[in-house]
Amino acid sequence: MSKVLMKGNEAVGAAAIKAGCRYFFGYPITPSSEIPEYMSKALPEVGGVFLQAESEVAAINMVYGAGGAGARVMTGSSSPGISLKQEGITYAAGAEIPCVIVNMMRGGPGLGSIQPGQADYYQSTRGGGNGDYRTLCYAPASIQETVDYVMLAFDKADEYRNPVLICADGMIGQMMEAVEFKENLNKNLPAKDWATTGTKGKREKNIVNSLFLEAELCEDHNIRLEKKYKLMEENEVLYEAFGLEDADVVCVAYGTTSRIVKTAIKLAAAKGIKVGIIRPITLWPYPYAIYKDINPNCKGILGVEMSQGQIMDDIKIGIEGRMPVYFHGRTGGMVPTPAGILAEIEKIAGGTK
Amino acid sequence: MTMVYEKSKGLTDVPFHYCPGCTHGVIHKLVAETLVELGVLEDAIGVAPVGCSVLAYKYFNCDMQEAAHGRAPAVATGIKRVHPENVVFTYQGDGDLASIGTAEIVHAAHRGEKFTTIFVNNAIYGMTGGQMAPTTLIGQKTTTSPLGRTVEHSGMPIRMSEMLATIDGAKFVERVSVDTPANIRKAKKAIKRAFECQIQGKGFAIVEVLSTCPTNWGYTPVKALGWLQENMIPYYPLGNFRDFEEDK
Ligand SMILES: Cc1ncc(C[n+]2csc(CCOP(=O)(O)OP(=O)(O)O)c2C)c(N)n1
Ligand code: SF4
Repeated sequence: MSKVLMKGNEAVGAAAIKAGCRYFFGYPITPSSEIPEYMSKALPEVGGVFLQAESEVAAINMVYGAGGAGARVMTGSSSPGISLKQEGITYAAGAEIPCVIVNMMRGGPGLGSIQPGQADYYQSTRGGGNGDYRTLCYAPASIQETVDYVMLAFDKADEYRNPVLICADGMIGQMMEAVEFKENLNKNLPAKDWATTGTKGKREKNIVNSLFLEAELCEDHNIRLEKKYKLMEENEVLYEAFGLEDADVVCVAYGTTSRIVKTAIKLAAAKGIKVGIIRPITLWPYPYAIYKDINPNCKGILGVEMSQGQIMDDIKIGIEGRMPVYFHGRTGGMVPTPAGILAEIEKIAGGTK
Repeated sequence: MTMVYEKSKGLTDVPFHYCPGCTHGVIHKLVAETLVELGVLEDAIGVAPVGCSVLAYKYFNCDMQEAAHGRAPAVATGIKRVHPENVVFTYQGDGDLASIGTAEIVHAAHRGEKFTTIFVNNAIYGMTGGQMAPTTLIGQKTTTSPLGRTVEHSGMPIRMSEMLATIDGAKFVERVSVDTPANIRKAKKAIKRAFECQIQGKGFAIVEVLSTCPTNWGYTPVKALGWLQENMIPYYPLGNFRDFEEDK
């Protein structure tokens, strides 16, 4: 298939439809409003339903209903809206409802700013909602990856019966790049025989539910969920990494920031500093194991993120204290520059940090 | 031997957990019988609330989803949009529908979502132990209005049916009570009509059912019925607020 030029938010919608998503419930918010706008036009054309909900709370609970009824369903929003969706996400995790939630992150906290941010890392990877639950979380760094991982997200949601997050930054939502839609959907997914479709008198009733009034049963449920999360940890980790074995410095970054880091790496190479990169593609499960490949004589790890350093906890877990770790970031909607990152790299490599 | 009474096939064999004298059970029975009589039990998908009737997902003998507190109308919207041919209903208490879930119920009605809501108004939060609800009457003592609800502090009790009846998409709105056999019969009729409203594709339908909470009101079951008649019915008048035209 040939490539088409698309804006990130529209590509999200197109990829979802390509993946068989026929229901979208959302509420407008910058910088993700083109997702509902796109869906409002495109979904009716394929016999699907777009509905503008009265709030993000309602939208995610509509997603819960539709997902529980067996449909491929998505919602999309940006940081403050995603905060409101946490209730529905934890209920969907508890009731094991497959669904896809796209977050085009912006500056925070509170109303924050409408420019790109990556400060929802904790919320995305550490739960966000209440209880012991996990969600697969893809962080695309290009529009092509956005398309690929949105499509994969629907398969993974169905495979694990779990909500899946797409954690992109507002830059991804707003920029345009050429993309190609690949026909790579998994055709061997389990039938949704648990969904509420009406019994038609042919089977026992189905119940979609996250309540367990007896503590023992709730614990059993959690243990079963945990097994599923372990499987995700074993099988779903995705990352890009290069230059680790002989690195003077290793940078860790995801999404748009990783692209800026790659530019800084080239600038550093021109100055004779060898810089490797670890780019988590799944923020959860996290690619901790790759940290073992880092040159033991590496001077330090530099985390770069559009935040005040939420990325650092996982870096520390990955490196297990073997070398110093540093952070460089811009936040509140500001974007790090190659020059700023290069300056940090030089300090670490030169031992002045 | 002739069978004179049989438990509705619309209910499972799971025993109700409701307190003695609580009218949630009567309302369940009316909904279940209606689904069977309309021949839609096998197409029905219900949404249970958070409240004393949270376990309704175990009691109704059809597919069920359990919603977050107040979100049943949003969940039902999602289900009905996916399965427009199915019969979808929510069963919600007054804390669930008239407090935390007001936005969801108002907008579901406003969009004219084609599902049916059974709204159980017992003027109190039953499940959490008798706190004040938006529907709690003036002067009524609860665990969070220990001296009795006052207008100055909490405003007047909210009349959901009257409010929802102003919304164009709400095609059937009626308030009923289950305090006497005659009223139970009227309640059944209203519930049936509310499901017919959905089946005929007219729009949103809601039946508000005045219900007792002997446990948290602190009365015997009989006295609770009396309290409902003397205090709730005068403030929450029974009757139809909206009806739809029949399809000829
Ligand atoms: C988000 C959230 N807030 C609060 C609660 C606690 N809670 C459970 S039931 C309930 C009130 C239920 O009252 P009502 O809807 O009137 O139903 P009833 O129990 O009287 O039938 C509350 C506040 C909850 N489960 N979830
Ligand atoms: S607490 Fe009240 S509403 Fe709940 S089951 Fe008991 S009597 Fe019924």
